[in-house]
Order: sequence, then C-alpha cells, then structure tokens
Amino acid sequence: MTKAKNDKLVLSLVATGLGFLLGAIVIIGTGKNPFIMLNAMVFGTTGINIAKGIFNARYIGEFFIQAMPIILTGLSVGFAFRTGLFNIGAEGQVLVGGLAATIIGLGVRAPSIVHVPMIILGAMLAGALWGALPGFLKARYNVHEVVVTIMMNYIGLHLNNHIVRNIIGTTDGVKTAVFPKTAMLSSEFLAGVTNGSRLNWGIVPTVLAVFVFWFLIEKTTFGFGLRAVGFNKEGARYAGMKVERNVMTSMAIAGAFAGLAGAVMAIGTFGFGRTLPAAEGYGFDGIAVALVGGNAAFGIMLSGLLFGMLKAAAPLMQSAGIPKEIGSIIQASIVVFVAMKYGLEKLLVLMGRKSREPVEGSAV
Amino acid sequence: MSFTILLEMFPIALMFAVPLVIAALGGLFSERSGVVNIALEGIMMVGGFAAAAITWLLEPSMRGWAPWIGLVVGIASGMVFSLIHAFASINLKADQVISGTALNILAGGLTVYLAQIFFHQQRTKAFTSGFTKISVPVLEDIPVLGRLFFVQAYPTFYVAIALVALTWFVVYKTPFGLRLRSCGEHPQAAASMGINVYRMRYIGVVISGALAGLAGGVMILTQDIQYTVASIHGYGFIALASLIFGKWNPWGVLGTAIFFGFSETLALYAKDISFLRGLPTEVFSMVPYILTIIVLVLSAGKTVGPKAAGEIYDQGKR
Repeated sequence: MTKAKNDKLVLSLVATGLGFLLGAIVIIGTGKNPFIMLNAMVFGTTGINIAKGIFNARYIGEFFIQAMPIILTGLSVGFAFRTGLFNIGAEGQVLVGGLAATIIGLGVRAPSIVHVPMIILGAMLAGALWGALPGFLKARYNVHEVVVTIMMNYIGLHLNNHIVRNIIGTTDGVKTAVFPKTAMLSSEFLAGVTNGSRLNWGIVPTVLAVFVFWFLIEKTTFGFGLRAVGFNKEGARYAGMKVERNVMTSMAIAGAFAGLAGAVMAIGTFGFGRTLPAAEGYGFDGIAVALVGGNAAFGIMLSGLLFGMLKAAAPLMQSAGIPKEIGSIIQASIVVFVAMKYGLEKLLVLMGRKSREPVEGSAV
Repeated sequence: MSFTILLEMFPIALMFAVPLVIAALGGLFSERSGVVNIALEGIMMVGGFAAAAITWLLEPSMRGWAPWIGLVVGIASGMVFSLIHAFASINLKADQVISGTALNILAGGLTVYLAQIFFHQQRTKAFTSGFTKISVPVLEDIPVLGRLFFVQAYPTFYVAIALVALTWFVVYKTPFGLRLRSCGEHPQAAASMGINVYRMRYIGVVISGALAGLAGGVMILTQDIQYTVASIHGYGFIALASLIFGKWNPWGVLGTAIFFGFSETLALYAKDISFLRGLPTEVFSMVPYILTIIVLVLSAGKTVGPKAAGEIYDQGKR
C-alpha cells in the first residue's frame, strides 16, 4: 500500500470515527442511549440481536438491499470525481434509470433471459444520457456541471412523475401495475436463505459494476486518460488527450452506474414503477459513499456497506426510541469531516505523524 | 387567458416568489464574496423548522407577534447553521460544493430528529396563526398596480422588496459592497489592498445564512401550517436558479423569482386556461430548471457570475 493510499484510508477512518462520535454525542445530548444505536447496527447487519440473543437472517438480506443502490450511486459519483467532475446528478440519473426500467418492464413481453438484460441496459442508457448532457454542456460551453446536474435532478423527478402518472398510469396515484415475473431480479433461493427478505439477483450487476469501475479506471489506457484529465486538465490536453470528449464520456459512464441503481431498485427491490413527491437521496448518499471510499472501486464498496449499515439500522433505532434521522446526521458529519481534510491532516500532524502530500483524487 | 384569472394568480405567484427572492439574495451575498452556497435548501429547512416551532410555542401568549418572532429565530438559526459551511470552506479549505451538500443532508436529518425529540412526531406541531393577507389602504386604490401589489398580499412581500433594494444599495453603493465583490472576483488582489478576505467571506456566508433562514421561515409561515421534511421541496435550488438566471443582480433576482413563482402558479391554474389545459402540471414544475440550463448555455463564455466563486482562497496564489 502506497503512502498516499494509506493517508487516504486514515483520513476516511478518522472522519468516520468522528462522525459516529458526534452522532453518539447528539444521542446522549438528547437523553437517549447510544448503545441502542450500536445494537441496532449489529442487528441490522448480521441479524444477531445481542440484547435479546436472537438471530434472524432476514436482516442480512435487507442490509444488502440498502447497500446495493448506494454502492452504485457511490460508483457514479466516484467515477466523475476521478475525472475532476462533481456529479450531484446521480439522484436524477437513478430516477430516469428507474423510469426506463418501468417502461421496458411493463411495455415489453419477453422471456426473462432477454427481458432482464434489456431492462438493465435500457436503464443504464437512460442514466448515461442524463449524465452525458451535463457532460456535453461542460465540454462544449464550459457550463459548470454542478448547477446543471442539480437542475437535471428536478427535471428527472418531474419527468418521472409525469410519465408514470399520466402516460403509464398508476393503480393508486403512486404505484404502477406490478411488473411481469420475467422482468424481475427476484430469487426464491436468495430470499429463502435470508428468511424471506427482498434480497435478489441485483447483487450480481452491483458486484460486476464494482469490478468494471476498477478495471476501467485502474487498468485501461482509457481510464488513465480520464484520470489524467482529473489531475490536470491542461496537462492532459498538452499530452494530446481529448479533454472534452473525456469529460462527456466520464459523465455518461457515471450516469450509467446511477441508472443501474435505478434498475436494481425498480426490478429488484420494488417490482413496480413509482411517482415520488421528492427525490429519495440515493444520489446524495452516493456522494458520501464516494468521498469516504476515496473514489476507488473497493473503497466505495466498503463505504457503501458502511452507510448501508446505517440505513439498515434506521428502522430498528426508530422502534427502540432513537429518531432514525440520526443516520443522516452521522452521514452528513462524516462528509463534512472528509471535506475538512486540510484541517484533519493538520490534526494528524499534531498527533505526531509526518506531513505528507495532499490526498489525490479529489474534485478540486 | 382572461384578465381576471391573471389578477387572481398574481398574489399567489408573489407568495411563491417571496421565499425565492429572499433566499436568492442570500446566495448573492455568499457568491459575491466568493463562496458558492448550494446549502440554501438546507438552511431554509433549518430556518423554517425554527420559525414554525417558535410560532407554535409563542402563539398562545403573543398572538399576532408570534410569526414575526418566529422569523427572527429562523434568521438566527440560519446564521448559526451557515457557520458550519463558513468554517469548513473558509478556514479548513473544504470543497464548497461538498460542504454545502453535507449541510443539505444534515438539515433534513437534524430538523426531523429535533422534531421527534420536541414534538414526538416527524413534523412540528401545527400552528394556527401564520401570516395573514393584508390590503394596504390608499395604495390599493391605484388602478391595476393596486390590484396587483396591494390587495390580498402578504406583508412578507414588502419585506422582500425592501431587502432587494437594500441588497442593491449595500452591494453596489457602499465601500463594504465593493470589498465584498472584490473578494469574489479576485481575492488575492483584494488582499493586496488590505482587505481581510477571510472576514469578508465569513460575512458573506453568514448573511446568506440569515437570509436563507428568513426565507425558510417565510415559506412555512405563508404556505404551510407546520414544518415537515418536504416543506421546502427544492425551493432552495430554485432560489439558486433564480440567482443564476438573475445574473447575480438583486433586481434580476427579483424579476426571475416572480417569473418562477408565476410558473408554479400556472401549474395550479392550467386547468382554467384554455390553451394550457392539455399540459400536465409537471411541465410547469420543470420550467425553472430547464430555463436555468438554457440561460447558462446562452451566457456561456461571458463572465456573468463572480469569477472566483467556488475557488478556495489561497494566499500564496497570484
């Protein structure tokens, strides 16, 4: 492990630790017991309830259900970060991915072996288009991708609601008809071993996506070109790389990861299309996941599991008397602490470590 | 579209526009000082939560004054909340967009968490006395304009207009405004003239916190009966769009916000207007976002916004 990587890991761990510490302080400050949170996190992840001494495998399955989409949005945000772009638009890309999955899921009749890949590819394509537009505007007109992707989130939200409500039609104003069985990722085997959880074959494309991210970024000339643009745009241009094209391609790939998240939720977790009053925050979760994961494939997978743990513990904490929003508070604090890396590095130096090179791979 | 419907729509459009104007002015102060503030949404949530909670708490004893005190507390809590953004992005050189995102996530969690601690539910308790509509004597008799601006208007609308004028004066006509803008255009040059860039940026961010907190309070106390996590529903981001569409100018912001408020109102009235009847309401909700992207593309290459907004201030850089 290189020094830079080691530093990045220490930074993520310190930020995570501080975030949980702050969360515990908030819990104590509002008169609750922080060990309830700890118990909920262990129970929500492993299915083992220490306090009551019971085991239920369903919780393991539901934990993966929570972790899958945010690992994918984490890959989306992380991929753009590596190219020096900030993709706040994963939220909207998830939505249009889910919308595409709904359209193909309900509109096409095909055997499962054709239907599922069609849905997944269609959703990735929709997400890619939603990402490519801000990328194109950035490359061609130098319009800041942050503002455009924020706007695209809301356009995606209203577009999804319009098409689901007025064109596809809903049964109760919120849900569409249930997808045919051929469209679903659901697995009796996986549900069976996890005591009837919603766990499904969505884990396969999720794990594949982690490997694709790693392979593209670390092992191909193409990925090297993208990273070069992220490190130094002008340097990359001088070396003869097509910076504009790389910016657009990178945003499209980022969008495809998020679109996949939309598909995995639509045909894995839910099984129907939905209208939404507001975005659900998977894109913002992805920002936290990518930052803590150091924008690297396996780091993102691990931090996705960590934040998945918080999400899985949320309902358990709520029923034990701690408002589940403590999860968002901890998550936001961790993001602030990672963003404060300059301050944290100083702190680490004060604690006796030698000052090192700045951490690589950030958006700035 | 008949004229009567237009007259009926106008006060509603203004009601939607007021929080947009105020929050966008907040964004203006922050970005003019060189700090991008995408946390407007989150700060509005915190301000709205505080204002709603205080209004509910005080209304049995203070009656009509309760919402005004609620607004003051909303302003104060917005200022305190924005200090996190200021500290992270100015002192600790955090990426301003990341720090703003963190604040947005935090606001949603914190407000609902506190609601459960204080009220034992996911939202604040419902207040009965938000702001009520007023008609201004004498001025309401002016033909046309009187009907548009002085009948059935919320008092907060006049607060917003006063803030636009005040912002214009402060930013363009005072030495403070000149210094603030210089920190957003070229902080190193400003520093060379003896301006304390850190301090100016702190002031910019905290003013944005105050205004966004006020905007959140105004929004809840005119459009809602309590604070819920969906109360602000993207208005902070439309405010950001108003700031960009209004080209970082207070009067431009005012015009844009009224225009965006109108487009929200059209969604409610489309069914009564013959040539809009076929359009789904979602189309009107998309308008501000689509227009903002278009205006960004059209103004590409021209310097419209503060040049150094979003840049971490590095004293050593030339």
